[in-house]
Amino acid sequence: MHFLDFNPKQDFHLLFLSFVLPLVGYTIQIFFGKKLPRRGDWMLTGFMFVSMCITVLMFAKSLWAAYHGQEFRHHSGLEADLWFHWLYSSDAAAAGTSNVSAAIYYDALGAAMYAVVGVVSFCVHLFSIGYMAQDKRYHIFFANISLFTFAMLGLVLSDNILFLFIFWELMGLMSYLLIGHFSHDPSQKFFHRWATQACKKAFLTTRVGDTCLLIGMVIFYQHFGTFNFGELWRLAQEEVARNGGEYPTWMTVAGLFVFGGTVGKSAQFPLHVWLPDAMAGPTPVSAMIHAATMVAAGVFLLGRTYPLMSPEVLSIVAATGTFTALFAASIGTTANDLKAVLAWSTISQLGFMVAAVGLGGVVAGMFHMVTHAFFKACLFLSAGSVIHGCHHEQDMRNMGGVRKYMPVTFACMLASTIAIAGIPFFSGFYSKDMIILRAWENVLGGHFDGASFFAAVALPVAACLTAFYMFRLIFMTFFGEYRPGTVPSPFAHHGGHDEHGHEEHGHADHGHAAHDHGGHAHGGHDDHGHDHGHAKHAPVVHAHAAKAHDAHGHDAHAHGGHDEHAKPHESPLPMLIALCVLATLGVFGGHFWLADIGHSLAFWEHAHTWFETSVSLKSLYGASAPVDRVLLGHAGHTAHIVALSVSLTVASLGILIAYLIYGRGWERSQRIAGKITGALGDLYDVVKNKYYVDEAIGCAIVVDVDAKGNKRYQPDASVIGGSVSLGLALNWVDKNIVDGLVNLVGRTGRSIGVVSSHFDRVVVDGAVNGVGLVTQTFGSVVRLVQSGRIQQYATFAVFGGLMLAAWLILL
Amino acid sequence: MGLGAYVAVSAALFALGIVAILVRRNVIYVLMGIEMILNAANINFVAFDRFNQSAGGGGGLEGRMFAIFVIILAAAEAAVALAIVLNVFHLFNSVKPSEADLLRE
Repeated sequence: MHFLDFNPKQDFHLLFLSFVLPLVGYTIQIFFGKKLPRRGDWMLTGFMFVSMCITVLMFAKSLWAAYHGQEFRHHSGLEADLWFHWLYSSDAAAAGTSNVSAAIYYDALGAAMYAVVGVVSFCVHLFSIGYMAQDKRYHIFFANISLFTFAMLGLVLSDNILFLFIFWELMGLMSYLLIGHFSHDPSQKFFHRWATQACKKAFLTTRVGDTCLLIGMVIFYQHFGTFNFGELWRLAQEEVARNGGEYPTWMTVAGLFVFGGTVGKSAQFPLHVWLPDAMAGPTPVSAMIHAATMVAAGVFLLGRTYPLMSPEVLSIVAATGTFTALFAASIGTTANDLKAVLAWSTISQLGFMVAAVGLGGVVAGMFHMVTHAFFKACLFLSAGSVIHGCHHEQDMRNMGGVRKYMPVTFACMLASTIAIAGIPFFSGFYSKDMIILRAWENVLGGHFDGASFFAAVALPVAACLTAFYMFRLIFMTFFGEYRPGTVPSPFAHHGGHDEHGHEEHGHADHGHAAHDHGGHAHGGHDDHGHDHGHAKHAPVVHAHAAKAHDAHGHDAHAHGGHDEHAKPHESPLPMLIALCVLATLGVFGGHFWLADIGHSLAFWEHAHTWFETSVSLKSLYGASAPVDRVLLGHAGHTAHIVALSVSLTVASLGILIAYLIYGRGWERSQRIAGKITGALGDLYDVVKNKYYVDEAIGCAIVVDVDAKGNKRYQPDASVIGGSVSLGLALNWVDKNIVDGLVNLVGRTGRSIGVVSSHFDRVVVDGAVNGVGLVTQTFGSVVRLVQSGRIQQYATFAVFGGLMLAAWLILL
Repeated sequence: MGLGAYVAVSAALFALGIVAILVRRNVIYVLMGIEMILNAANINFVAFDRFNQSAGGGGGLEGRMFAIFVIILAAAEAAVALAIVLNVFHLFNSVKPSEADLLRE
């Protein structure tokens, strides 16, 4: 047996180890984190490294199996008799009635996702060591991302939808805790408030989707009596066969509910509103949870439940995904916050994946999920690096020219941007091309429905917008001259980095250490003290950081080099390593699929084999695979050419427009952009305000709408409430009927309480006090005897003796 | 002079000893009271021994031997008791038994 062959006896234990290690780390960290050296970060990163190695090894095994043309579907219960029995009784097992037993299920889809989670999570751990260094709750942060990783790994390994749901909810909780990470840190003046609101918004919004998923899950359980994926697939196929090849209506309903879970978790319209606000969390969290892994879990769920989805559901899935892709991409073109652009981009790319699954292209969707995980994680971490380097500035208008100061970050971000924009030979191209190809195959291949046509037209437009806003980001951030303070921004000088420096470590130590570490040139040290040297930067920088300077004015000027703070600096080494790893994967992560367009180069043949055997519907779902509805004859070839030319055209078009507007100097870009927005008029405002979805939800569901202008930065004074009219009715019912009942019960309880209290006071307390009083009185009398005087004792003894004698003599 | 006289002396001595123990306010007198009680017992031992022999009840030395033991015991007791008294004096700065009332605690 070759060491890359899957060995059930050993490999399931390895998988289990890799999935439990982060939990072990979490447990140690949560109890001893504060006392561990470096507050436990290297311990958890080390654990994560081990996990990552296992995930990658296991992925290699899946490649190896595909290379030899073997199927790669492994179930620890069936192959190695490793079960986790939960809600299990042997009687029920004997009777063949429902039992819940979980096991590890590891197939090609799981293998790809598992490796993605392992690698991204490790990179994020590594990145956080640098990025979160000044954080007050550093050890809690590490504990939380470790537990999140545990949940995500568990979700991927689950062989049944119930356990998937459990880990799904655990991820939701960790997402909530991590978005709200800064809510415990009042020194993060801006993020503190935003995070407090955003984490609640994220939690509640995804809860809507999760409830849908739970309902869908229970409907399937009601009919099929099992949660196990393999069983569900088989039974669904039988059910469809019994029903004459048609999906019964209840399966459509249940499928829609399950898709509701995806809508919530993967931020599809209209439950996408939480994801942009989730950017209130620390950037590594945005990279891991809100770009690479957790939001992709919704797509993963679709992949797992694909055979259960009826064509009607799939049409809705495709339409929702396509609409979200286009919708979010258009908003992405108007955002100025670096992380907001990436957040909208994530929503849009998730739309691509969901649309792909809806179009029947599970493989394409999963492929895009994998490539997207790498390049989007890299984009987010690069953005984090830029934000870190620019002293927690997030507004792109206040950046510019950063590539000179942060060359490594620039290189990584550019590579990932090219990947996401869809330039050939970068991973994003292959996956996105595959999705567009799928849409065109549907249109040309005889499966012509509205959703497919919509997708075939709208997805390329979304891809064009993607290329545009990503290069807009690159041009605004990295090119031109550095221009801090161009617009007022709530971010700058409010970050933990600076503030902690002043409060805890003293400005001189911290500031210098950070700069030396980053390898940043300190030209300004010599200039310090010269008034004109200050004046160069002073008007802009100091004006906009006036508050910070007032607060720390003394320190700031006493230590020199403060003006250097105004310039970006490259990030420390662990962060750069993480970036480079992800950028490499972001670029090359797609080449397993190259065969699909690259034809018959010998090497790619093997890759093609993997693609064919490992992630086709047939191999993913075995005998239960649904029939692919597309009948490709000659159309297949046409579709390939159409899709290829379309994706190439839109990508280059998007980049060209971005260059024409933003690539030729800042002033000119403002002038052109101003003209365009002027021409678009109200339309621009609508897009800029995110199509007023937040407000619409606010009017429909939320009573307390915040009327203040700057929505983006005050995201959520407007989240929770009740539908106005329904709310009023419910309010009446609540006040008069429910409250009446409650009050009645309350009053009865109170009367009983009064009697009981009286009884208690008089009888029970009386008895207790009486016993106490008797004891006390008796004690105080008996006490007199205990005088401690031996002569008195002796007297008693003598009298006792005399009495004894008298008794003996007289009686 | 019959046995009754000896027993009477012994009883008186015992009573005086008891009184001394119970009422004297100096611990030295209390000790002396104890000695008196012991010696009251000795008188009884010796007297009964003597009268038992004269009544022809056997020729053992038990009573006298007991008296000697009691004397030795009394000597040892006196040594220990005086040491205790010294300690009491150290502790309470007084030799009045009424003031050494820590047993109350």
